[in-house]
Amino acid sequence: MLTIKNLHASVEEGAEILKGLDLEVKAGEVHAIMGPNGSGKSTLASVLAGKDGYEVTEGSVKFADTDLLELDAEDRAKEGMFLAFQYPVEIPGVSNVNFLRTAMNEIREYRKEDKLSAKDFLAKVKEASALVELDNKLASRAVNVGFSGGEKKRNEIFQMAMLEPKLAILDETDSGLDIDALRIVSEGVNKLRSKDNAIILITHYQRLLEYIQPDFVHVLNDGKIIKTGDKNLALELEEKGYDWINEEIAQ
Amino acid sequence: MEVVADNKVLAFVSDFKRPEDGSKVRQQALDALNGMDFPTTRVEEWKYTRVAKYVKRKYKQVQTTANVDQFKIADLDAHQLVFVNGFYDEKASTILEDDTVSIHKIDELDEGYYTDLMEDTEENVFSLINKGYQTGGVFIQIKKNKKANHPIHILHVLEGEEVMANARHFIHAEMGSQAEIVTSFASNNASNGFTNVVLEGHVETNASIRINKLQTEAKDVLNISNEMFIQDESSNFLINTVTTGGQLTRNGLNVIVEGENCHTEMNGAYLGTEKQHIDNHTIIDQLYSNCTSSESYKGVMDDKSVGVFNGKVIVRQDAQKIEAYQSNKNILLSKGASVNSKPELEIYADDVRCSHGSTIGELDEEAIYYLRSRGISKKSAQQLLIAAFIGDILDKIQNEAVRAHVDQLFLEDFGWRF
Ligand SMILES: Nc1ncnc2c1ncn2[C@@H]1O[C@H](COP(=O)(O)OP(=O)(O)OP(=O)(O)O)[C@@H](O)[C@H]1O
Ligand SMILES: [Mg+2]
Repeated sequence: MLTIKNLHASVEEGAEILKGLDLEVKAGEVHAIMGPNGSGKSTLASVLAGKDGYEVTEGSVKFADTDLLELDAEDRAKEGMFLAFQYPVEIPGVSNVNFLRTAMNEIREYRKEDKLSAKDFLAKVKEASALVELDNKLASRAVNVGFSGGEKKRNEIFQMAMLEPKLAILDETDSGLDIDALRIVSEGVNKLRSKDNAIILITHYQRLLEYIQPDFVHVLNDGKIIKTGDKNLALELEEKGYDWINEEIAQ
Repeated sequence: MEVVADNKVLAFVSDFKRPEDGSKVRQQALDALNGMDFPTTRVEEWKYTRVAKYVKRKYKQVQTTANVDQFKIADLDAHQLVFVNGFYDEKASTILEDDTVSIHKIDELDEGYYTDLMEDTEENVFSLINKGYQTGGVFIQIKKNKKANHPIHILHVLEGEEVMANARHFIHAEMGSQAEIVTSFASNNASNGFTNVVLEGHVETNASIRINKLQTEAKDVLNISNEMFIQDESSNFLINTVTTGGQLTRNGLNVIVEGENCHTEMNGAYLGTEKQHIDNHTIIDQLYSNCTSSESYKGVMDDKSVGVFNGKVIVRQDAQKIEAYQSNKNILLSKGASVNSKPELEIYADDVRCSHGSTIGELDEEAIYYLRSRGISKKSAQQLLIAAFIGDILDKIQNEAVRAHVDQLFLEDFGWRF
C-alpha cells in the first residue's frame, strides 16, 4: 500500500530532517513508529500528507498505485490518506460537520461516486461520533475551537471514522487522552481496522500499543529508521529507552 | 479658494438641468457649490481615495427605462421603488396597499422641518451636487406607532454610457414606528456611470429603522453615497452595507444621536477584486448619555483591490455612560491587495466605555492545510474560511429574502457558497 524508499526531506530553510528513510506498509497492517523527540516522526507525517514547506530532495513514495509526492495534499486525502494531527488546529467559524460534508462530497466526486444523501450523512455522523464517544454538540461546533486537548484528539479519530481512509497516520493521538479516553479511542480505531486498510501509529508510549496491537514497531532516530521489530520491541524501549540501540549499531 | 478650482465643479455640472422648482434646499445647495472644489488626496478625509480621474468626465443625466427584473429580491414582498439613472420609474415600481407608511416624492418633504433637522450638519461637494441637481427621490413616512407592513426596497439602476444618477431620499420614522428598508445599487448595459446618492432620515423617539444596503454595480462605476441620520431619544438605527461592485465606492455614513438611550449599529462586508476601491467612512456622533453603538466592518480583498475604512466615534462632553464598540477586520487574498484602516475615537466625556480595533491579515495557512488534508480543494478551503470570516456580518441581515439574495450574489460573483 505504501512504499517509502530512501526518503530525504528538508525544511525550506535548508536543514535536512529525513535522511534516507525506508518503510513498507501493506494492507491490513499496523505499524508503530517510535523515537525520541525531534527525530522526524511528525515531519514524516507532514511529508506524507503533503504539507507545504518541505522539500523532498531524494527518494520516492508510492501509495496505492500513485506517486504520492506528485499529488496535492487534498488529492492525497482523496486517494485515501489520512493524518490525525499531533496538534489539530482550531478553525473559528467553520463547523465540524459542515466541513466534513464538503470534504466527503469532494472526495466522492473525485472517486466518481454518488453524493451522500443528507440522511446518510447524518447517520454516519451519528455512528462515527458514537464510535469515539464524541459529544454530539462537539460534532457540530467550530472545528476544535474551545475543545480540550483530549477532545481535539477524539475529533481527529471521529474524522477518520467519517472519511474511512485506506491509510491512517495517527501522530501521538494518545497524548492528551485520559485513561478512559485512551481505551475508548483505541477501541474505536480497532473497529476501523480491516484487511483493506493500514495504520501507522506514531507514539511515545507502549500503553497505546497494548490496545492497538502493532504488527511492526520501528524506531526512528535522526531521520532514519534504525531498528524494526515486533511489538516486543516497544516493551524493550519502554524499559531501556533509546540509547542502547545506538550502542548496538555502533558495535 | 482658487478661481480655477471653482470652475472644475461648475464645469462638471454645467450641462445638468437647473430645475426652477422653488426649492430652497436646492437653491442653497446650488449657492453653496460656488466656491467648492472636488477633494484631492491632500484632504485628510480623502487621503486614500482619489476621485480626480472620475470628476474630469462629462456625465449626463438621462431619463430612461431599464430591465430591473434581475435586480428584484425574490420573496421580499416589499414596496419597490425603482430609480433608473436617478429618475423615478413609475412603471417598474410597485407600491402596495399599506396604511402604515406613506410614500411621496422627495419634493413633498417639508423644507422647513428638513432644514431645522439638518441644521449644523456638514455637506460636501457630492451631497451638494446631489441636492442641487437631484432628479428624483422618495420621501417615506413610517406612521406613528406603526410597524411597516412591508419592507421598502429602493432599487437603483444605472443604464447607458457615462450617466450620472442623483437620487435623493428621505425617511421619516415617526415616534414609535418600525420599518425595514433595502437600498440596492446595480447597473445594466452601463459603462462608466456615476451613482451619487443621498439618503437621509430622522428616527424619532422610540422608533426603529433597519437598513440593508447592497452595492453590486459593474466594476467601472463610481458610487458616492452620503447617508445622514438623526436619532431621537430611545431610538434604534441599524444599517448593514454589503459592497461587491463598483470601480470606486465611497460610503459616507453619518449618524447623529440626539437623545438618550439610543442604540446605533453599523455593519459592513466588502469584497474587492480586480482594481476595485472600496471606501467606508463612518461617523457616529454621541451628544447624549446612556447610548450604545456597535460597528463592525469586515473586508476580503483580492487581486489589486484597495479597501479604506475610517470609523469615527465622537462622544461629546455631556454624553456620559456611552458604550461604543468598533472593529474593522480585513483579509488580504493577494499580495497586490491593500487596506487602509483607521478607527478613531474622539472622546470629550469622562465616563465612557469604548473599544476599537482593526486588523489586516491573511487566511490562516495552517487552517487551509488542515482542511486540504481532509480532501477539500484549496479553493473550497479558502471559501470556507472566507465564509467563516464574514459570515457573522452577513448574519446581521435578519431578513431571509435579502440574505438569500446576498448568498446568491456571492455564489454568482465569487463561486462562494455560504
Ligand atoms: N518547519 C520547520 N522548520 C524548521 N525546523 C523544523 C520544521 N519542522 C520540523 N523541524 C525540526 O525537525 C526536527 C524533527 O521535528 P518533528 O516534529 O518531526 O519531530 P518529532 O519526531 O515529531 O518529535 P516529537 O516527538 O517531539 O513530536 C526537529 O528538530 C524540528 O525542530
Ligand atoms: Mg511529533
